[in-house]
Amino acid sequence: MELKEQTAVQSDLLKSFEEKIGRDDAIEPKDKMPDAYRKHLIRQISQHAHSEVIGMQPEGNWITRAPSLRAKQILLAKIQDEGGHGLYLYSAAETLGISRSEMIEQLHSGKAKYSNIFNYPALNWADIGAIGWLVDGAAIVNQVSLQRTSYGPYSRAMVRICKEESFHQRQGYEIMAKMMAGTADQREMAQDAMNRWWWPALMMFGPHDSESPRSGDAFKWKIKRQSNDELRAKFIDKTVQQAEVIGLTIPDKDLKWNEARGHYDHGPIDWNEFYNVINGNGPCNKQRMDHHKRVHAEGAWVREAAEAYRAKKEKQLFQSKN
Amino acid sequence: MSADTQLEKWEVFIQSKPGANFVHAGCVHASDKKMALQNARDTYTRRGEGTSIWVVPCDAIVASNPDENDMFFDPANDKTYRMPTFYVMPEGAKAI
Ligand SMILES: [Fe+2]
Ligand SMILES: [Fe+2]
Repeated sequence: MELKEQTAVQSDLLKSFEEKIGRDDAIEPKDKMPDAYRKHLIRQISQHAHSEVIGMQPEGNWITRAPSLRAKQILLAKIQDEGGHGLYLYSAAETLGISRSEMIEQLHSGKAKYSNIFNYPALNWADIGAIGWLVDGAAIVNQVSLQRTSYGPYSRAMVRICKEESFHQRQGYEIMAKMMAGTADQREMAQDAMNRWWWPALMMFGPHDSESPRSGDAFKWKIKRQSNDELRAKFIDKTVQQAEVIGLTIPDKDLKWNEARGHYDHGPIDWNEFYNVINGNGPCNKQRMDHHKRVHAEGAWVREAAEAYRAKKEKQLFQSKN
Repeated sequence: MSADTQLEKWEVFIQSKPGANFVHAGCVHASDKKMALQNARDTYTRRGEGTSIWVVPCDAIVASNPDENDMFFDPANDKTYRMPTFYVMPEGAKAI
């Protein structure tokens, strides 16, 4: 084809793709889509999948030290869910033509990121409460919005995930509420965890809208439906009330209700810290990645044995037929 | 060490209650049928979502091509006599 014809075909394809987006029709794996749309989704969905999986580490650290059998069962179930969320999302990304092995390679080489929040340590049991309540709480706000994302498999994974997430947040809030109803020491622990997790939780929504404008491809193609600041405000507005109910203080002296905006105003977020952690200098970056690489390598024999067993069974079946 | 394997891909279909249609739930990786079923159970039915599961190797699925949708589904559009509303019923007839 002549270059001119090719460009004409390209722009026709883009036009029909954008018309589809305009009608709010979901895009499905076999549909034609611009390369940039596919790339954006692979990056976002794989990062999301890696976050679910790496997020199992700070909490997994507390399974053997949960304060009761009830607490241990709940934590195990919650962490198992997160593994499941990782799987839903890896599958969604696979429909775009990237393999699971490639995604894991990209995680290990540092090409693919995961949510910054999991580079912070879970120091004590109150942190398990704070993670469920604040970290899952922030994730839910984002994921509820992503249920309406334009790519069908991603949207369906989000719907499934959102159904499972509300238990995560509630079990965390219950831990915090119990501690706040306990001894002075327990209350102090809960407040300390709140103080350490509040700001990183706000950073989960990403840079301010002034830094990452609404006009980008992610909005145009309806991958993203609400801006970082809109989602952050949603999270703050509902969390402040929940903190009040159990007597926790939000560690932000500038936090106050803004009647005109209908949202809370908050103090400045320390973006230096945010970029510092993204660039590998958070308290646990190295630990998280080393752990994932080690466990992945240690599990290789299981996958190889499964393939060998399958091959053996197929051979037996073949021989019995001949 | 041999190249990393992530096993084969299987599509998962779940029946939520007896009598219901099997609905696509997602995908799992597994080396054989038995592992595919077990992984599907662990991944997609942790909250009693299912009474029955089908797993199908991904490469056994044949899908229609969206580029040919117009041609492919067109024959359905001009046969309105397939709809009950096409027919004129005599005045006064009941329960039809
Ligand atoms: Fe999750
Ligand atoms: Fe969660």
